[in-house]
Order: sequence, then C-alpha cells, then structure tokens
Amino acid sequence: MIYSLCLLLILVGLYGVVVSRQTLKIVVSLLIMNHGVHLLLLLIGYREGGGPPIVDPGSVITEFANGAVDPLPQALVLTSIVIGLGVLALMVALCVRLYERYGTFDVTEIRRLRG
Amino acid sequence: MFEISMDVQNLIPMFVAVPLGMSLLVQLVARRRRVMAELLTMLSLLILTLMSCYTIGSSGIYHLGGWPTPIGIDMRLDALATLLLMTVNIVGFAVSVYSVDYMRRYSARSHFYSLFLLMVTGMNGVILAGDLFNLYVFLEVAAIASYSLVAFGCAHEELEASFKYIVLGSLSSVLILIGVALVYGITGTLNMTHIATRIAETGMDAPLLLAFGLFIVGFSFKSALVPFHAWLPDAHPSAPAPVSAMLSGVLVKAIGVYVLARLVFNVFGVMDTELGLLRWLGLLSMVVGGLLAVGQSDIKRLFAYSSISQLGVMVLGLGLGTPLGIVGALYHLVNHAMFKSLLFLNAGAVEYATGTRDLDKLGGLNRMLPVTGATSLIGSMSIAGVPPFNGFWSKLIIVLACVESGHYGFALATVLVSIVTLAYQLKVQRKAFFATLPEALANLRREPLMMALAMILLAVGCIALSFVALSGLRDPWLIGAAQQVLTSGVFGK
Repeated sequence: MIYSLCLLLILVGLYGVVVSRQTLKIVVSLLIMNHGVHLLLLLIGYREGGGPPIVDPGSVITEFANGAVDPLPQALVLTSIVIGLGVLALMVALCVRLYERYGTFDVTEIRRLRG
Repeated sequence: MFEISMDVQNLIPMFVAVPLGMSLLVQLVARRRRVMAELLTMLSLLILTLMSCYTIGSSGIYHLGGWPTPIGIDMRLDALATLLLMTVNIVGFAVSVYSVDYMRRYSARSHFYSLFLLMVTGMNGVILAGDLFNLYVFLEVAAIASYSLVAFGCAHEELEASFKYIVLGSLSSVLILIGVALVYGITGTLNMTHIATRIAETGMDAPLLLAFGLFIVGFSFKSALVPFHAWLPDAHPSAPAPVSAMLSGVLVKAIGVYVLARLVFNVFGVMDTELGLLRWLGLLSMVVGGLLAVGQSDIKRLFAYSSISQLGVMVLGLGLGTPLGIVGALYHLVNHAMFKSLLFLNAGAVEYATGTRDLDKLGGLNRMLPVTGATSLIGSMSIAGVPPFNGFWSKLIIVLACVESGHYGFALATVLVSIVTLAYQLKVQRKAFFATLPEALANLRREPLMMALAMILLAVGCIALSFVALSGLRDPWLIGAAQQVLTSGVFGK
C-alpha cells in the first residue's frame, strides 16, 4: 500500500516534468520525483517494528540483526540526497542564467536550437 | 629510496584518485600560475594513460579500505575495463593537449580543467565500479561535470542545451536509481557479482524484469539511442569543441554502451528477448541518426547525429550476442572514440579559425588549414568505412556477424547506413575543405601547434587501430580478451 504512495509521488513528479512550461517548475518536479525514489529506497530497508540499526556494547549480534531495520538503504539515500543537492544547485543556476539571457522562465520561448 | 610497488591491485583506485585529486589541485595552484592548470591536466591524463596501458592482461578486485566483499566497496578490473580505460584516457589526453590552445578565448579556464578532470574521474569510476550503487554515484559525477561543461560558454544556445540535457539526464538517473532500489530489494545485495549469481540461481521474475527495463531505458537515455536521443544533437554541438569530443567520443560509451553491455551480459544474464530489444534499438538509432545527419548544415550538429547513428551500429553488434558480433561492437566502440573525437576537434579547429560552423559559409580550407584538412580526411574516411581504415574493419566484422547469425536484414541495413555515412562525410569534406575558398575567409591563420598535435595524435590512433584487425579478423588484440569477459556469462563463473 505504502509502496503505491511512492509510485504516486514519482508519477506526480513525472507529470510535472512533462507538463510544466516554467523552468523552475520542471526543477521542482524533478525534485519531487527524486524524493519519491528516496522514499522507495527507505521503505525497502524498513521492517515493521524494527529498532534503530545501532549496536549496543552488550547486545547479541544475531538478536540485533533480527530486530533492526536495514541501515544500507539509509546510507544510499543520504548519498543520493547529496548528489541531488548538487544537481539541484546546478539546475537552479542554469535557470537564473537562462532568465538573464532570455528574460523568461517559459520553456516554449527558450528555443533557439532546432533541427 | 622509494620502494615502488607496481602491483596492479593497488593501481585500481588510482584511476579515480588521480584525476579527482588533480581537479582539486588545479583549483589551488591555478590562482597563482595560469599555465599550471594546463600542465597538471595533461600530466595527470598522461599518467592515467600509462597506468591503463600497464593494466593490460591483468585483472583484479580492490577492496576499498580493506573491507572484505559483502561489507566493503569493490572496484573490479578486467579485460573489458582495461579496454575502456585505455580508450577514455588516451582520448582524454589528446583532448587536454588540444584544450591548451582552444580554451584561450574562454575566461575561467582553471574551472574548465577541474570539471574536465572530474568528468574523467566519473568515467573511470563507472568503468571500475563493482557494485550498482557506486556505478550510479560515479555516473552522476561524470554527468554533473558534463552538464556544466556543456553550459561552459554561458551563451544562449549553450544554456538552453545544458538545461535540456540536465532535465533528461536527471530523469534517466531517477529511472536508474529506481532500478537499483528494486534490485536491492529483491536480491538483498548491490554487488554485481552477487546479484549475478543470485539471478542465475533464481531466474528473472517480474520485479527483476521491471528493474531491467528501467536500466535499459535509463542507459539508453545516457547513450542517446533513438527514441531517447533528443538531448544529444543540442548538447554536443553547443559545448566547446574539446568537450564535444569527450562527450561524443567517450562519455556516451563509458556511461551508456559499456554499462548496457555489462548489465546485459555479466549481471542479468543473456536472454534472447533482451538481445532482440538491443538489436532493434540499434537498428532504429543507426537509421534515424544517419538520415537526420544528411540534412544538417552545422558541422558539429551533423557529427552529433552521426554519433547517434554509430552508437546504433555498436548496440546492434552487442545485440547479436555472438562472439563475433561483440568483437565488432567493441572494436567499433574504440574506433568511434578515436575518429569521432578527431572529427569534433577538426570542427573546433575550423570554428577557431573561421568563426563559423555553417557548411554553406565554408570552403577550400585545405589550403589554409593543412593539418585539419588532412586529419579530417582520415577521420571521415574511417567513419565512412573506406578500406583500409579502422572503421571499415569494425563495420565489416559487424556485417559478417549479422550474416553469420542469420540476420540478413540487419546486415543489409548496416551496409546501407554505411553508404549514408559516406554520403554525409563527403558532403563535409567537399563543402568545408575542397570547394573554393570564400572571399571572407581569404586571410586565415594556421591552426595553433597544440591543436595540430592533438589532431595528429588521434589520426595516428585511427591508422594504428586499422592494423589491429590485420592480426586476425575474428580475434583482434585486446578486444578478444574483452569479448571473452562478456561472453563468459555472469560474473563469478
């Protein structure tokens, strides 16, 4: 059930990318899509009622492995968020530069390249 | 004295560490001395080239931080990785030599060299990555560097092309990341060897097929196969010429075609349906790209469409799945890296001298730009498949492989596309280099020394590659070993 919400979020983002005419709206839509995937990754590592994946000095390792959520997807999401931030910064910078050159955020007016 | 340990195992991480460290160092030293940025870039690419030559014939796995395989991160070197590393770094070296003169008219050159080295870092990382997520991370490193390099000039067209590229690139990255998440959810591991053994045991089920489909679409975007090619004809011509050469010459192969081959043959295991998909994608790209190239009058845009067409030829060769087809595809990949970067550097030299890329305004440049004229003739004849140049041999192998496996239609299509290629390359040669010189271009200066050197280097590479085939058409040197990696099936067997 909750997986379908991820799918919904990704599809909302995809819809935004395809339909939006403003460069900044496209950027935000891509961000939504990206976070949909991050949520999916987190859900894959989630376990109903699972504890935090931190080993106490006294805990038994097999018990810990059966009771904790999978920490790997969390590390992946963290990496992916950082990458996403880099791409986001670059995209916003491009939008600003495009606005300086063309005087608009409208992608239908930003079309000098053809062929 | 230093004890120089030349263990290949320890050399593997250096392919990522050297360009990454250098790209930061360039920023630090270039504040004082401008020329240091150029020197450091050339030096690091030269070191990388020598290192990649040193890895010939060896293979190994490097465990980052000394952690064993299921816990730590693997970097994997084999014959296929060696072949790709050599291609990337040799082309990178030639391009860095070329940039010295070409980039003089841009400001902020040290940023260019840093981003260039970051792009090389990303590509080397993708080639050596042993698990899916690090492959994704390095792919993003290369992609982000290339987005900003496309926009480097900050003019109207460059920004527009870069925006288109970054939106489609991020979209495909999202698809790839969903694929990675699905594969991790199903197999419980990200290591490519482990995924491969797991899939070989259980076979493909529906979620894995979905992940595989996402990978195919994502990496088809990255390698600009028709119908996912919309960004390439804008992004490649708009970038500065050295960047176009890197993008068309190696980037689309290192993060597109190479990863496709790796996933199809080594990770997911070959099935006939997926090979059929690759064959049709290849056919579509080579026909559509070739036909669109004919009508172009901008040299770099023409070459960009031609790249799509040649990428189609490679993917078709891979899609045949036979040893001969894969040899042809890999051989064509290396050849294309040489002559397409050469042609983009030629186009850059023409633009540098005349200030235009419009074929209708050019003519008779052979007299004014002798080195550009001669090397572009070699490049054009190679890509068009005129014997005895390298492009002829690789296309011949692919056509033979088509016939051998009974795909006569594909063989015919490859031959026809080859003729179309010859047509548009002759158009470039005739309009730019042979016709009479227009009045406006009467007093041009010759191409600068470093640019000429880089073009000669790549032209010599094209000719040298022609001889590789003579040692045995079925099993050319180096490429045969790379082919065995792919046909030996999934990892770890």
